[in-house]
Amino acid sequence: MSILNKHPQRDSAATEALGGEELLVTGGHSFSTLTDKVSGIVETKTPPKWYLLFAMAVSGAMVLLGAIGWLVWEGTGIWGLNNPVGWGWAIVNFVFWVGIGHAGTLISAILFLLRQQWRTAINRFAEAMTIFAVICALVFPGIHVGRIWLAYYMFPIPNQMLIWPNFRSPLLWDIFAVGTYFTVSTLFWYVGLIPDLATLRDRATKVRKKVLGFFAMGWRGGNRQWQHYEKAYLMLAGLATPLVLSVHSVVATDFATSMVPGWHTTIFPPYFVAGAVFSGFGMVMTLAIIARKIYGLEDIITVNHLEKMNKIILVTGSMVGYAYMTEFFIAWYSGNEYEFFAFINRALGPYAWAYWIMFLCNVITPQIFWFKKLRRSIPVMFVASIFVNIGMWFERFVITVTSLSRDFLPSSWDYYSPSIWDILTFVGSFGLFFTFFLLFLRFLPMVALAEVKGVMPEADPHNYHSEGGAK
Amino acid sequence: MSQTLGALARFTNPAELIEAAKKVRDAGYKKFDCHSPFPIHGMDDAMGLKRSPLGYIVGGMTLTGATVGMTLQYWVAAVEYPLIISGKPFFSWQAFIIVTFALFVLFGAFGAVLGMLHLNRLPRLHHPVFYSDKFAKVTDDAFYVSIEAEDEQFDEDKIQKFLSSIGGTDVELLVGE
Repeated sequence: MSILNKHPQRDSAATEALGGEELLVTGGHSFSTLTDKVSGIVETKTPPKWYLLFAMAVSGAMVLLGAIGWLVWEGTGIWGLNNPVGWGWAIVNFVFWVGIGHAGTLISAILFLLRQQWRTAINRFAEAMTIFAVICALVFPGIHVGRIWLAYYMFPIPNQMLIWPNFRSPLLWDIFAVGTYFTVSTLFWYVGLIPDLATLRDRATKVRKKVLGFFAMGWRGGNRQWQHYEKAYLMLAGLATPLVLSVHSVVATDFATSMVPGWHTTIFPPYFVAGAVFSGFGMVMTLAIIARKIYGLEDIITVNHLEKMNKIILVTGSMVGYAYMTEFFIAWYSGNEYEFFAFINRALGPYAWAYWIMFLCNVITPQIFWFKKLRRSIPVMFVASIFVNIGMWFERFVITVTSLSRDFLPSSWDYYSPSIWDILTFVGSFGLFFTFFLLFLRFLPMVALAEVKGVMPEADPHNYHSEGGAK
Repeated sequence: MSQTLGALARFTNPAELIEAAKKVRDAGYKKFDCHSPFPIHGMDDAMGLKRSPLGYIVGGMTLTGATVGMTLQYWVAAVEYPLIISGKPFFSWQAFIIVTFALFVLFGAFGAVLGMLHLNRLPRLHHPVFYSDKFAKVTDDAFYVSIEAEDEQFDEDKIQKFLSSIGGTDVELLVGE
């Protein structure tokens, strides 16, 4: 309370009177208590629960490694693929994981350009989520032909066969788009980390100080540094914004440029991007709710932050629902009976169960966020975010499998079901994801300290003039 | 041999740091810096800094990336390994836009990060300001002005008085190797 009295403008009524802006950091934090709070997480002794979770995550990653090992030994026959379904869970999982990543870049780049200051509380770990999700995604193109020693075919490098990749193929565009996306996200994340690594460095001693000092690269917070730093951040945001919109568009062209009914539509790129952001926010929400609870970050990631994310989930979820209906309408309106059959088959055919899981999770679930009470209820949003994750995985499954299993010749139609190895590979990819994520939570500041401080009222020089000018 | 490398003074908040920056600039110092835990709005003007030239570096890099991308694809598809695919021309530039764009962004991002590090002369693992014990607080909640001894006006005897006169506390000389 003493802090509230010292800074009258921290009072929420007064703040709202000033500009209708809510306080982003609650609980009367000063810069210093904020530093203690966030840095403290990685400076205390590792809690036993972390080891338990880490052991589980690493076990999952080992399952992935084992499943890949068996795949390499035996070939793609271990999967549930058949003719005509030659693209199974590998591409479903790839698209699922790439999509998850999109929320991180949306928060770090697009919301930055739109000056949404609330992003500062969640951008660090949303970006971390992006990077780890893209790593999980990149596993699948690497292994999906079962011959990982031929993965270099994907890159334009001189080889003994004197052949080169086909740059007219969306599958090659994908390599460049996702590879660039991974690299740029990592650079962006690291640039954001530099000032916070310096904060940790300045609190550490001995070996820890040296290691952190190395990675902080000698950051000393001078304005001559901040000047170029802020410019670099703006440039990276400007580059990452069109990039993130292009990445899932390119993933969509993997499908859309083929002639398969149900895939060959121009709506795919925007519809995939909306779905990607939607699924990514689902995952950010799941992770944020758990992390803020475990680490007691309720003052930094407030219910207001979560509510704003729920609004984005509502918007993007509705866009996805709109796209589902547009697809259906256009399939009918086109007058092409094969196209229309593909969609009728999706909703009423052998995979109707998957279609309706997708529809309920993605279109119906987010509609609960029209209600403010539900938008601000943590249990409700947690369950909803899980539904979003499930629904968006099923969306990719429905798109991939329903079209392929009922392809051009009815005589070749077949029902696809996954094998145990498909399932283990997918479950294992979560292990890999959480292995990285737990390491991140343990060793790096999970909230962008310098950025959060920068949006507190105390960071604004004008804030002090109202108390009688600078002393 | 230890020598004086600069001077340091602490200020209490961002508003005071801006005022101090103006006074240091008006006093004619050139090699000074204002340290804070986060970038402060309006500080560039207060210190009299020129615009960051990073935009030109990034611009140059993006154009390089785009050129590399399109040239690579042209060379592969039309020169080194010409194949007719779906009846399209060898140099089907429309299909090459995506990779060109990806390399445009990739090169630009490296330009932004490496350019920023270069302009900031980082990585630089040591600096005179780190000789101060108290300076570590600058990444937490402290605001400092530093003036380097290399500045033409730097006078070891007068500098401490000057820094105190503009409202600085914890004024100290940075003494080191």
